[in-house]
This record gives sequence, C-alpha cells and structure tokens, in this order.
Amino acid sequence: MALEDSLFGVHGKALALRSQRLDLLASNIANASTPGYKARDIDFDAALKEATEKNDSASQAAKDTMGYRIPLQPSLDGNTVELSTEQNLFAENAVKYRTTLSFLEGRINTISRALKGE
Amino acid sequence: MADRPMNVFDIAGRAMSAQLVRLNATASNMANAGNVTGTEKEAYRAIKPVFRSVTESPGVSTVKVESVVTTDAKPVKRHDPNHPLADANGDVFEAAVDSSAELVDMIETARMYQNNVQVIQTAKSLMLDTIRMGK
Repeated sequence: MALEDSLFGVHGKALALRSQRLDLLASNIANASTPGYKARDIDFDAALKEATEKNDSASQAAKDTMGYRIPLQPSLDGNTVELSTEQNLFAENAVKYRTTLSFLEGRINTISRALKGE
Repeated sequence: MADRPMNVFDIAGRAMSAQLVRLNATASNMANAGNVTGTEKEAYRAIKPVFRSVTESPGVSTVKVESVVTTDAKPVKRHDPNHPLADANGDVFEAAVDSSAELVDMIETARMYQNNVQVIQTAKSLMLDTIRMGK
C-alpha cells in the first residue's frame, strides 16, 4: 500500500476522480451548442471502486466507467447535452469535491497534531 | 493541440471564444438587417459560425469554430420605384437576415457564455481551496 493511501484512505483517489468528472462535465457544458455532440459522464461509484480495489489511476478508472448520457428529450441536431442536468451535476460534483477536501484537511490536521505532540 | 493536457480552463475558455465568434456573427447580421441594395447579388446574406467539438481524450473535449459560412437565404425583393438604388424594374433587395431568429440566437449565445463563466468560477474556487489544503 502506497504511503498516500495509508494516510488519506479513499479520499485521495476520490479527489482525483472528482477532478476528472469536473473536466468531463465542463466539456459537456462547453459543447452545449455543438451539433451532434453526445454528453458523457462517469459512474462515480464504479470508478471509485475500481480505483481503490484494483489500485488503478483515476484517469484509467474514469475511462473504464464512462458512458453516454440518455437525454430526456432528444434534440433535432443530435446534441444530447441538457443544460439543466449538466449544471445540476456540475454543482453537485463541486460540492462533493469540497466535501472530500475537508475530509483530507481533517486528516492532515490530525496527523500534524499527532506529530507535534500537542 | 497543445503539448500539455487540456484542463477545465482550456475547455471553458475555448467554448467562450467560440460563443464570442457566434455573438460577433449575430452582431454583423443585426447591423446589416434592413440594408437595401440595387441588385440581388450585392445584397447581404446572414453569416453563421459552424461549431465542432475537439476531443483530446475520451470525455475531455472543447469546441472550436470550424468556419463561418454565408447562408443561402434569399434577399427579399421589394418594389420601390422611388428608391434611388432601384433597378430597371423599380425593385430593391433587402438583406437576407431574419432579425427575430438572430435575437433568439443572441440570447442563447449569452446564456451559453454565462454558463461557461460559471464553470470557470467554480473550478477556480475549488482549485484555490485545494492549494490552501492543510494550511
């Protein structure tokens, strides 16, 4: 087990995956008016499971669990980006990124206090 | 494209540039709406940008403006013999611009631009928080 895994547990991998998903959702929003663009997303649970169990890198895990979004109402130009969905997921992902950050911060505080012997 | 991996700022930034090209095209069309010429050939025709997605790795893709095309909409012929530009038949030709469609396009462009600004703001604050982690 790598040092960062024993220090941070699942949160290190989770943060890397959240960052990957942030890029992915930003791509979807950027292509919201490109004809024929198909929105994609990753299955976060499956990706995190793969990254922790098989010890894969975040980008590999994201690639393996990527899928296409099924639109609620397909549009005429073949674009499957629905801004309401994408912005919702983007906001959710941003909040969860912050949550993971605070877990990491708590972990760092604990360890540094233990090291200082306060 | 670049020799480094694309990040969220490249993705949203290039999308903003593409939307700006679209806004400029709309502005050109609106500026020329109602323009009158003496021949059908000279009449202004609306221009439209063509967007295409640029994929770097699976799932990471941004937009580029592939080209700006002139639409083949027909200029409106109007009979106005008193007009100084009127041809032999007393007709003038109005620019082929659908101004209501252009205005709708403008609003959509502005919305898309705002969405990308929001993405950059969110990503920026998350990154700053990550940098401050553990301090």
